[in-house]
Amino acid sequence: MAEPATIAALKALFPDVSFSEFRGQTRAVVPRRSIYQVLQTLKDRFAFDLLVDVTCVDYLHYRGAKDRFGLVYLLANTQTNERIIVRTFVNDPEPTVPSVVGLWEGANWLEREVWDLFGIRFEGHPDLRRIVLPEEFTAHPLRKDYPLQGRGERHNFPVITRAKS
Amino acid sequence: MPLTPVSSTRNLAHDEPQAYLWTMNFGPQHPATHTTIRLVLKLDGERVVDAMPDIGYLHSGFEKLGEHLDFNQYVTVTDRMNYCSPMANNVAWHLAVEKLLGIEVPPRCQYLRVIVAELARISDHLVCNAAVGLDTGAFTFFVYAFNPREQIYDIFEALCGARFTNSYTRVGGLMYDATPKAIEMIREFVRGLPKALVDMRRLLDGNRIFVERTRGIGVLTREEAVNRSITGPIARAAGVTRDLRKDEPYLTYRDFDFDVCCAQEGDCYARYLVRMAEIEESLKIVRQAVENLPSGPVNVGIDQRVILPERRQVYSTIEGLISHFELSMSNRGFVVPCEEVYSATEAPNGELGFYLVGDGTNTAYRARCRPPSLLNLALFPHLVRGHALSDVVAVMSSLNIIAAELDR
Repeated sequence: MAEPATIAALKALFPDVSFSEFRGQTRAVVPRRSIYQVLQTLKDRFAFDLLVDVTCVDYLHYRGAKDRFGLVYLLANTQTNERIIVRTFVNDPEPTVPSVVGLWEGANWLEREVWDLFGIRFEGHPDLRRIVLPEEFTAHPLRKDYPLQGRGERHNFPVITRAKS
Repeated sequence: MPLTPVSSTRNLAHDEPQAYLWTMNFGPQHPATHTTIRLVLKLDGERVVDAMPDIGYLHSGFEKLGEHLDFNQYVTVTDRMNYCSPMANNVAWHLAVEKLLGIEVPPRCQYLRVIVAELARISDHLVCNAAVGLDTGAFTFFVYAFNPREQIYDIFEALCGARFTNSYTRVGGLMYDATPKAIEMIREFVRGLPKALVDMRRLLDGNRIFVERTRGIGVLTREEAVNRSITGPIARAAGVTRDLRKDEPYLTYRDFDFDVCCAQEGDCYARYLVRMAEIEESLKIVRQAVENLPSGPVNVGIDQRVILPERRQVYSTIEGLISHFELSMSNRGFVVPCEEVYSATEAPNGELGFYLVGDGTNTAYRARCRPPSLLNLALFPHLVRGHALSDVVAVMSSLNIIAAELDR
């Protein structure tokens, strides 16, 4: 829950950001072009120094959704215990957002995980490799068009025997 | 052992030709990684120049499963995330679901959830500190720590019938109410643990080998901890005072008198001390909760339409029968708003949160788990640079990496 003063100040700075609230949580929807500035301002001016999480939601089958991917940044202020959820939307083809590793070092592995499982590119990320899946994997399995049982990758893994290794 | 400044090692790694550097594979199968993690270490003699963790060996798509299992079924998967404290994961998951649905559970259920979550914290910290001792050569401490852990598992068995993968919580309540026998077991445990803790601390607190191997090793500063999204005992050992039980009280943590344990040093020894102190604070919470345990129902009423009614109600009342069928039929069930919610708890390793997206059906549209272990392991290369190879195991075990949680 962010303080009303914080929300008012943010509204004055970024008129195109829309705010909503649900179960006591403040959520801001930011246009894709200004996501980096908003996060930077939140960190530097409003002391949201803890990046709790970076994650993504694929809205492919979601009722009434206009955009494909929603990126979610959860921020917290360790002094005042304020929290804010910042969301932005990106679309196919080539969904990209600027990386926030420069602001929070903790974003490094979180963004790698989003790239791995959703295929969203983070521009300016120092080391954007797959993190939980093998390098030779081609799909992004948390996308809604990827089947639960996989596409047979598991059965076609190369087998290395002791003699061949 | 004197600390080598990290910056000088960095220059060595980047400015001079690196032909003499060794590359060593540590894991994926190695007793000191505890679970399946691979570390690629770049060594200059015995000194670690760089470390590259390689994770994903236990990735089994928990978040994808969360989009196909309903809110009560998925609790079995959360058991398998941090298997050292499955109860804490159960509580975190169902708190998130209840936040999405807008349900408040009765006081008795909240107290019981606090008790099991704190017992899980004690068991997790015991295992972690036992592993720190084991990896630095103190095997006796390991045996001392596993004895109370066994008692905790006996309590869990008395509460829900399972020792390891508990799945104790349900949407709007618990699987079973606590029996008088289980309460008596918790009381006995609370009476007996302080003596065991004194014995344990006498073994390790002043043990010269242990202190020399952990003090000044893997130092983390407060600024680095916040910047790298570290939470839980590792951040508190570096001077961060954040504890969600105090800062954003959930369940009934507001009712209890306990302290947040912090240290300034940020090294492996401080992490050990913070965990030991947190065990004592958790014990205080359990003692207060079990003595003030309210009576009354443990589940929300059947009018909330989330919990299966008792069999007597199903067979003798029409409301019970209707609500039983509504919950059992696949096209009915919970009333879930098309909304998104984030709920966080203070799990033993740090902030364990779930980001849930509801789409009106019984299953989550997206069930994101914010795993504390993932961010803790991301810290590992930063902590270990410049230290000796033998310090790798000390740092690794003090971070308490649970690979099942970080890979999911």
